[in-house]
Amino acid sequence: MLNFYSKEFLCGMEKKLIELKNICKSFDGERVLSNVDLYIHDHEFITLLGPSGCGKTTTLRIIGGFETPDEGDLYFEGERINDVPSHRRNVNTVFQRYALFPHLNVYDNIAFGLRIKKVKEAEISERVSEMLALVNLKGFEKRNVSLLSGGQQQRVAIARALINQPEVLLLDEPLAALDLKLRKDMQVELKNIQTKTGITFIYVTHDQEEALSMSDTVVVMADGKIQQIGTPIDIYNEPVNAFVADFIGESNILDGVMIKDFCVKFASHTFDCLDKGFLPNEPVDVVVRPEDVDVVPVEKGMLSGLVTSVTFKGVHYEIIVDIDGFKWMIQSTDYVAPNSIIGVYIEPDAIHIMKKSEYSNMFGDYSTFSDEMEHLSDVTEDEEE
Amino acid sequence: MTGVPPKSNKSRSLLQRYAAAPHIVWSVLFIIVPLIFVAYYAFTDVSTGEFTFANIATFFTKDYLLIFGKSVKLAVIATVICLLLGYPIAYFMTTCKPKTQRILMILIMLPMWMNFLIRTYALMTLLQDTGIINTFLNSMGIDTIHIIGTEGAVVIGMVYDYLPYMILPIYSVMSKMDKSYVEAASDLGCNGFGVLRKVIFPLSLSGVISGITMVFVPSISTFYISQKLGGVDTLLIGDVIEQHYTAANYNMTASLSFVLMMILIVGLAIVNHYTDSDEGGGMLI
Repeated sequence: MLNFYSKEFLCGMEKKLIELKNICKSFDGERVLSNVDLYIHDHEFITLLGPSGCGKTTTLRIIGGFETPDEGDLYFEGERINDVPSHRRNVNTVFQRYALFPHLNVYDNIAFGLRIKKVKEAEISERVSEMLALVNLKGFEKRNVSLLSGGQQQRVAIARALINQPEVLLLDEPLAALDLKLRKDMQVELKNIQTKTGITFIYVTHDQEEALSMSDTVVVMADGKIQQIGTPIDIYNEPVNAFVADFIGESNILDGVMIKDFCVKFASHTFDCLDKGFLPNEPVDVVVRPEDVDVVPVEKGMLSGLVTSVTFKGVHYEIIVDIDGFKWMIQSTDYVAPNSIIGVYIEPDAIHIMKKSEYSNMFGDYSTFSDEMEHLSDVTEDEEE
Repeated sequence: MTGVPPKSNKSRSLLQRYAAAPHIVWSVLFIIVPLIFVAYYAFTDVSTGEFTFANIATFFTKDYLLIFGKSVKLAVIATVICLLLGYPIAYFMTTCKPKTQRILMILIMLPMWMNFLIRTYALMTLLQDTGIINTFLNSMGIDTIHIIGTEGAVVIGMVYDYLPYMILPIYSVMSKMDKSYVEAASDLGCNGFGVLRKVIFPLSLSGVISGITMVFVPSISTFYISQKLGGVDTLLIGDVIEQHYTAANYNMTASLSFVLMMILIVGLAIVNHYTDSDEGGGMLI
């Protein structure tokens, strides 16, 4: 059944499987999606990434058939499916809290979809075993689903969806309830399952690290709008605006002025860069990733500042440096002493220039940054919408 | 947070320890002791006061069994009708907005705020040959339908009086059900009816069982409804018990009550045994 690496799989990446055109949706008068346009290709692992309330889950639920868009069209293989109910769509969903049926055991949960389709019991039994093997749950057939661990329930939910051989699998923050270690393992496992089966995965998460490590394509959303669509590398290296730069990884976002092509001024210093195509003296947002800033002796530095805090992070030190009142984050493998003055050096390719947007100046420097805050904001990231 | 777990008994306050005391005293005085009397009378001879099975055996004679059979029949019919009426409305309520749900809930509870005897009387005036329904039918040119005094009237009375007890436990279980189960079933290919049959019904079974219990038990033991709405051929086991009581035949009253109670306890225990109770909800026993 799982025709891995078939001819279709190898050449199918270009096929548009799902298309969202100008999708809008409001709940109780509040806009949650505005003018969303999105293509999803066959065999793609695409992730909808954004903070809670950004509309990512609503987008997924529209594709799954649990919400109808107020405006716009949804196409599946070229056919408009706005009014097709979820039970007649060839997509299956892994729900955030799994929604395994508590009155059925593992086997019956997984067999559920096939029984609806009146598949013969002998074939069901064969395919359930195949699925249990795929998700590493052999021997769990008779178990009560409510007595399984979170990770095991997760696997049952995936098996229950995949056994129907959908063309698309929708995953709504499937790893959110698991602890960090298990989450990492499941990321690898999910990616393996996707590669093995060749099924298109549409994955919703607020965890940028998860999105970058698993996806072919990342769709960054905020305030009901798509901010950027691209490969993980593009999204990280070439964020389109301050929101994306801030949301994906750590970044120092500064006000700058594009003097001319390949030349930008920020932090009272003129830098060479690789960007062009802006108006002369156009105000811009400048992104410098913490790991791209080199710590050098003061006399060799392009800029210099006072180290206000140093935190050991295992692989590197996280250094906060006050340069002319703007607190930069720098990640360095070399230790520097707090309260010392250091110089910093920035290579032209470490500088990324973005046009000004509605998100400019919304993200300050690292003066209020603390690990504790970061941790807290992760925990309060609740289920959205 | 390591160390010795707190000893719950010792850390309980005086209030916690004795909070149940008033009810325990009540139960002993008005439930346990009377039940001991019932058991005592059930197994003693009227005249001699000696131990006997004769009273109990009377229950299993033909006349009594026929009456008991009729009671079971009417109670089952009433319970089934309550289920057929109650389940859909409970399901409908869960699909409404929270505000609508509260209003519907009040409407369903409203008749229960009125005395049960008064409701039954009200039903009499509706169903009589000269009652409101027939007067209306006559004015429409339709012949009088004789309802009062029939088994049908008794069943209507039972349904009328006990329907809320069917709706409430089913609604309470259904409204707590996670909506994502419904979405999951639909996602896996169930149409609306399939979702109801394969997911909602099995998951609301504990409410159904509890509703059935709460309708069936008072229906099978009622005497008032059958007296007011029934006729000579709708004598139920509750009526017979009441007749023995008013005739001061306490041994027969006790033995019939005792057997009826035993049959109900065994029956309900069997039903509960075959329904998984781990979903919680509205189980009675």
